[in-house]
Amino acid sequence: MTPPATRAPARAEVRKTYKLYIGGKFPRTESGRSYEVTDSRGRFWANASQGSRKDARDAVVAARGAFSGWAGATAYNRGQVLYRVAELMEGRRAQFVDEVSRGEGITRPQAERVVSTAIDRWVWYAGWTDKVAQVAGNANPVAGPYFNLSAPEPTGVVAVLAPQDSSLLGLVSVLAAPLVMGNAVVLVSSRDRPLPAVTLSEVLATSDVPGGVVNVITGDAAEVAPWLASHSDVNAIDLAGAADLDWAALEARSAGTLKRVLRPRDGEVDWAATPSGPARILFFTETKTVWHPKGR
Amino acid sequence: MTTSTTRATAAGLSSASAVIGGEVTDSSLRRFLHGLPGVDAVGADQRAAGLGTRSIKTTAKAWALDTVIQMIDLTTLEGADTHGKVRTLCAKAVRPDPSSPDCPSVAAVCVYNDLVPVAVEALRGSGVHVAAVATAFPSGRAAMDIKLADTTDAVEAGAHEIDMVIDRGAFLSGRYLQVFEEIVATREACNAGGHSAHLKVILETGELVTYDNARRASWLAMLAGADFIKTSTGKIQPAATMPVTLVMLEAVRDWMAQTGRQVGVKPAGGIRHAKDAIKYLVMVSEVAGEDWLDPDWFRFGASTLLNDVLLQRQKLTTGAYSGPDYVTLD
Amino acid sequence: MAKMGTFEYAPAPESRSVVDLQPSYGLFVDGEFVDAAGTSFKTINPATEEVLAEVGEADAADVERAVAAARRAHTRVWSRMSGAERGKYLFRIARIMQERARELAVLETLDNGKPIKESRDVDVPTAAAFFFYYAGWADKLDHAGFGPSPRSLGVAAQVIPWNFPLLMLAWKIAPALACGNTVVLKPAETTPLTALLFAEICQQADLPPGVVNIVTGAGPTGRALVEHPGVDKIAFTGSTAVGRGIAQQVAGSRKKVTLELGGKAANIVFSDAPLDQAVEGIVNGIFFNQGQVCCAGSRLLVQEDVATELVERLERRLMTLRLGDPMDKNTDVGAINSRAQLDRITELAAAGDAEGAVRWSAPCELPSKGFWFPPTVFTGVSNTHRIAREEIFGPVLSVLTFRTPDEAIAKANNTPYGLSAGIWTEKGSRILWAADKLRAGVVWANTFNRFDPTSPFGGYKESGYGREGGRHGLASYLHSEGDDL
Repeated sequence: MTPPATRAPARAEVRKTYKLYIGGKFPRTESGRSYEVTDSRGRFWANASQGSRKDARDAVVAARGAFSGWAGATAYNRGQVLYRVAELMEGRRAQFVDEVSRGEGITRPQAERVVSTAIDRWVWYAGWTDKVAQVAGNANPVAGPYFNLSAPEPTGVVAVLAPQDSSLLGLVSVLAAPLVMGNAVVLVSSRDRPLPAVTLSEVLATSDVPGGVVNVITGDAAEVAPWLASHSDVNAIDLAGAADLDWAALEARSAGTLKRVLRPRDGEVDWAATPSGPARILFFTETKTVWHPKGR
Repeated sequence: MTTSTTRATAAGLSSASAVIGGEVTDSSLRRFLHGLPGVDAVGADQRAAGLGTRSIKTTAKAWALDTVIQMIDLTTLEGADTHGKVRTLCAKAVRPDPSSPDCPSVAAVCVYNDLVPVAVEALRGSGVHVAAVATAFPSGRAAMDIKLADTTDAVEAGAHEIDMVIDRGAFLSGRYLQVFEEIVATREACNAGGHSAHLKVILETGELVTYDNARRASWLAMLAGADFIKTSTGKIQPAATMPVTLVMLEAVRDWMAQTGRQVGVKPAGGIRHAKDAIKYLVMVSEVAGEDWLDPDWFRFGASTLLNDVLLQRQKLTTGAYSGPDYVTLD
Repeated sequence: MAKMGTFEYAPAPESRSVVDLQPSYGLFVDGEFVDAAGTSFKTINPATEEVLAEVGEADAADVERAVAAARRAHTRVWSRMSGAERGKYLFRIARIMQERARELAVLETLDNGKPIKESRDVDVPTAAAFFFYYAGWADKLDHAGFGPSPRSLGVAAQVIPWNFPLLMLAWKIAPALACGNTVVLKPAETTPLTALLFAEICQQADLPPGVVNIVTGAGPTGRALVEHPGVDKIAFTGSTAVGRGIAQQVAGSRKKVTLELGGKAANIVFSDAPLDQAVEGIVNGIFFNQGQVCCAGSRLLVQEDVATELVERLERRLMTLRLGDPMDKNTDVGAINSRAQLDRITELAAAGDAEGAVRWSAPCELPSKGFWFPPTVFTGVSNTHRIAREEIFGPVLSVLTFRTPDEAIAKANNTPYGLSAGIWTEKGSRILWAADKLRAGVVWANTFNRFDPTSPFGGYKESGYGREGGRHGLASYLHSEGDDL
């Protein structure tokens, strides 16, 4: 422990206000609330916005507005845009390393590896955009004179509860997957480790990801998630960050409009492992089958 | 082009231009014909197949069989046709089943035009019409004056009905006005000299290939004044099919709705079985409507069909299956 | 020549003597027909209201026995059997279904009220085709794109509706068995008979006991089955309301669920459509199976400049539809499946009148007994009308108009449902554009209501989730790496 400062530093540091990311802008929470974020040792680190149901509401509106444009972009374009996020993350590597190390209580070399893996995860997902339809879609040889093709399409607006522990790598893993095929995302960050999510928002804001495609709410999933689960204009929900919450209740609420619900996995999740396939991408897709007659 | 053709064209122009809404030219015909709703081939095939699943039994079958007989244009169009062959056919046409006095006569006997006098003589007073194929049947590849002379020849020999062919080459190369004018001129020839032969226009749908073409050719023929539109010469495969006849029935139905003028339909070639002919009747009834269930408005161009209908008719009468030795050869 | 008169089709009834109806039926559990512990209920012919048979109503104890039998069969026999051997049983079942096709068709028509033409030409052959299709997958699952050696889930609880009783059974059982699962299936309470005949077919095929179990009953039986902790998978086809309830019941569990629910499909006709085929597609879309089809094209969206002509053509066509005895081979429109369903159709049609839409019904005489509703078209319908929003599940078409392609898509997608949609235009690029924009699981362009075992089927939004049919349909019955997200 350093002794208490007896005099002011030569220069007062400019501290950052951590805000939400909705519709491509950085609003304060509509609720006007903030909460203390501490580092892994429990020391005060920052005040984060404590997102509310109304922030969730605004985020869904923003996501819905951005959905058709993002879904309608070419797969090649989406791939480039997502790859660009990886490029920009690389530029902010030091900040991410610092936040992950301090927030998750791991060493800097460990945090370096986490950040590297997170960046590589973006690259991995970015490469999928123009391949998923080839892997998961197919022509169907129907017994008749018809052209018949099945292909995956984005589900729509996806609510994502980011993992509580893995504040960057888990976050990136659950965020990138639904973006690949063109979903728009409303993400609720880890409650206790929200800062990488905010920094990622800043990366996204300066990237080519259109505003509204990703919306980030910091705060408590236990408070915000029920509103997303019951929101009629949310098409799917990823409960990854709700493993320790009453996720059964969230799933039950989601049934009201028959949302697609990705349940949290039992036990600890190793986010560092490369996904074994595009299953997480496909979970947030709908298979559309188109028929057309073949005639002269 | 001869003077008479030009006059005939002028007569046909006025009613056609009313329908297409302007002067009849290649380009206005093209705009009109290509503006007709398209035909989805798979959908048309399915509709025709669906109509073919109707189950026609007992009284309905008896009615249908007699109706089919009365709609037959009993046809012989062979190089080997002789006076004797035609006379025999005419006898069969008048009295298809000697063992059954209530068996109706067919609608017409259809022959090449040099045999028209023989048929006219054999059918005199029977009510059975004589139809002649004309206009350089079956290919239609002859000069226009030859085609008209061919027609006039048949009409003057007493043919009640003329089955002309369109110039498929002209149609397929987009010379719609030429096809139109030839039909108009042929129609004029049918009505020349105090005669009034009915004009059936053979589209030869097997050479037009697509249903879109069949629909356009149907409308073109009706615009030019056809009394009947007919699928085929019988010399090209495929000849009549259910779906192509369906498309033509839709055309006469829509033409009637638009102009108030009824035009007949004649599938010809390839209809050999009573069961198939009854499917056509179902289609006539459900697509064009009952107004077409009449020999004035629907015909079958056929030869072997008649005997199969007679066999089925005997089965209905006796309850036992009949055999080929119990109907006459021709 | 005189006019010949009209072509009156004489009655052409299919014989019901091919069906050997028993006075009462039990449940099919562990390879045997057993009496239900619960009570029984009557299944009737909706065309005549004649009682066809008494059927056992399975209670929780019966469901328990069926699930236990399925579990045993899964553990001891079916999951251990090679895919090739499993496939051979499915092929065998498919063949027996073909051999007994006429019997199945007649029974389906008697119990459901659908025209024999449809049960004979659509339901039964397509059901057999599903078994053929999935039979071939049983030993090829490694190559289906779900990772190496995908495993079966275990016991599948399957609850199916009354609109296509045998066909929905095939959609459920064929892929489940091919993937190595065993099943407990509950047919709808108004149409249990073909499922029970199918049970007999399983016996004929020497299918190992417990692989297929059939429990008959109504809602409580279905609930007991869905809630049973011993089932690993739930597959449901039926109303969105019940589907929602199931989604709530399974919340927090590890049961895998597929739901195939309601719809309010738009059938979009552009003015450059092949109109005669569009009319057929509209008729097939909404009057096939009396409109009791989840993917029915119940909202006709027609471009305004062709609306009058199209409706005229449609009404003329509807005059030729033959409503009546479902057993007559010439019947196009059969009976509504139940009094309750008829009441719902009647109520919604009355709402259409009350809200100011214009009703036109094909002039046809309705039989005095049984449940009947004539083919009906409402014009002047607005998006706000109930008949434009709620699933009627009957032979009632709502006609709306649009002016531009964008308006057509906006109106088509303006529904919580998203099962199917139709597009009619001769312009290829517009078809592909519209197919991209429509939020529906199946898009039929220049056709409608086509089904095939190889073609995935299922909805967006509140029409449910998961796909049935095709390669995609396997995913609903396999535990693959994708489940460990």
